[in-house]
Amino acid sequence: MSRIETRFAHLREAGRAALVPYVMTGDPSPDSTVAIMHALVSAGADMVELGMPFSDPVADGAVIQAAGERALAAGQRLEDTLQAVRQFRDRDGETPVILMGYLNPVEIMGSERFVAAAAEAGVDGVLLVDSPPEESAELAPRLREAGLDMIFLVAPTTSEARRARIGQLASGFVYYVSLKGVTGAGGLDAAAVAGSLDGLRRHTDLPLGVGFGIRDAQTAAAVGQFADAVIIGSSLVARLHEAARNGQDPAEAAGEFMRPLREAIDGARGADIAKKEMAQQ
Amino acid sequence: MPDATGHFGIFGGRFVSETLMGPVEELRQAYEDARRDPEFHAEIRRELARFVGRPTPLYPADRLSEWAGGARIWLKREDLCHTGAHKVNNTVGQAILARRMGKPRVIAETGAGQHGVASATVAARLGLKCVVYMGAEDMRRQEANVYRMRLLGAEVVPVESGSRTLKDALNEAMRDWVANVDDTFYIIGTVAGPHPYPMMVRDFQSVIGEETREQMQSLEERLPDAVVACVGGGSNAIGIFHPFLDDRSVALHGVEAAGDGVDTGRHAASLSAGKPGVLHGNRTYLMSDEHGQIIHTHSISAGLDYPGVGPEHAWLKDNGRVQYGHVGDREAIEAFHRLSRLEGIIPALESAHAIAYGIRLARELGRGKDIVINLSGRGDKDMHTVAAQEGIEL
Repeated sequence: MSRIETRFAHLREAGRAALVPYVMTGDPSPDSTVAIMHALVSAGADMVELGMPFSDPVADGAVIQAAGERALAAGQRLEDTLQAVRQFRDRDGETPVILMGYLNPVEIMGSERFVAAAAEAGVDGVLLVDSPPEESAELAPRLREAGLDMIFLVAPTTSEARRARIGQLASGFVYYVSLKGVTGAGGLDAAAVAGSLDGLRRHTDLPLGVGFGIRDAQTAAAVGQFADAVIIGSSLVARLHEAARNGQDPAEAAGEFMRPLREAIDGARGADIAKKEMAQQ
Repeated sequence: MPDATGHFGIFGGRFVSETLMGPVEELRQAYEDARRDPEFHAEIRRELARFVGRPTPLYPADRLSEWAGGARIWLKREDLCHTGAHKVNNTVGQAILARRMGKPRVIAETGAGQHGVASATVAARLGLKCVVYMGAEDMRRQEANVYRMRLLGAEVVPVESGSRTLKDALNEAMRDWVANVDDTFYIIGTVAGPHPYPMMVRDFQSVIGEETREQMQSLEERLPDAVVACVGGGSNAIGIFHPFLDDRSVALHGVEAAGDGVDTGRHAASLSAGKPGVLHGNRTYLMSDEHGQIIHTHSISAGLDYPGVGPEHAWLKDNGRVQYGHVGDREAIEAFHRLSRLEGIIPALESAHAIAYGIRLARELGRGKDIVINLSGRGDKDMHTVAAQEGIEL
């Protein structure tokens, strides 16, 4: 069983939703990433999404774009992202790590070389925002062969037929984009997202993660009631940047940010579980 | 070409985020449907005749030809289109399609401002709300066009990210589209982006080549020996090339911007010095570094200052049907002055690249041959840039 499968199996048994933070490699500083990843896990993260900086991140909002620009200015490249995962694995062999980014750096490295290096570094899954299933015919099988999951997105604009197809194709988990917009946009409608997830479950048995638009404990808790994973990026990235500017250790800030989210998600689920137990008695 | 999934060989495709796959597919279907509708074509033809001023003349540039001392040079006068450039051919088509799809809001990105002006113009004509994204650096270079767009009722949004030029404006327009897909039509200004844009924009621009073919045949009873056009994204070039692709006797030449020179790293010649990669929804030749990061480009012409090129050009380069060369800033400026003085036509700096290359080619081919150069736009917008080169402040 892959690390992602194992993690979701354990969470399901415990009746918990996964908490998945996103951080940009090399931001707020090149040497901070590995410490931030460990701090996130200590504070209750179940999986880490690691951004691969790209010069033209069209699907990301201003916060993540700026983080990518800072990381690139500091010299962070795809090889550094892989190196961060390698170092993270020295101390943590269990927490799944997903790489998230854009296709061009991967293609320029060469998809064969990238897949081999990612597998060797201890990466578990890859999400390339600008590589939908139709354009992944080369990369997806390569990743699968190497034992890595290719994570696909489903959006509110995804047709029913495509949802079915993506549900079949995907592995690891399905990433549901909670709103029409880029990362960091506001206005998440939890009830609508819950409805979409119900529909999506008809097409796949995979765990369903929800991202985009989750910015605080309250939205995280609401989404954690019905999603298998709650993914949070922009507000964490913004917080880490702010911490670094104020001279605070970003790893410490990452932990502070994560803990209340963990509690809120578990609390909401706990209330849910307690209610069910009462009803059964 | 392209195939059903929008690929020109290994190029093209639909490399967009999942949120855009739905809208892109909706657009593809709407365009396929419109393409089969005679009334859609009739309406475009009416607009091109009455509003744009087509057909544009095919003009024998006799004094330039004589000066160059070689083949006879003809200019396809897209500078005489309403709004001053070929861009309007495409925006008329896309805006009519937007209205047909019931989208009340259009967005566009622009480099030199010509596509922004053309979008704002047709939006005003059809009563659509228009928002134009423009790099802050380009807004500085093209002040007059910014004002023109505002006069036409468009909102111009400065883009401060990245190199603050065309590619960043494209990123921003795509973000807007992702967030507003329900009521918004994205008018892409060149033959790039996800399928069906490269094909659709080519179809709308092919009127240039169709007219050129007919005009050359009726004036000279033969086809030209060569056709030359500048290539940034490549819409004016594909527009004039496309109807000649099967005429093997007609040599086709695309001219990229070499900026300070293709060896200096400060240029925008993605076909000449780039490699295949993925950006802005398609696979094509790109200027990216050894890590796959997109390089900041340079050209004196804001309209050519783009790190990619339309995927059909990438394919035409690889299969050898079109030759792609390049011209640097200095040679383009010389051609700009030459055409102004010899023919009384001030060309856009984009087109000046094609003129410079056309002069070289005319000498190479020699007398008795005919070359058509696509004069894609007029130079009014570039007055400040050229004057500044000479230390003149307007």
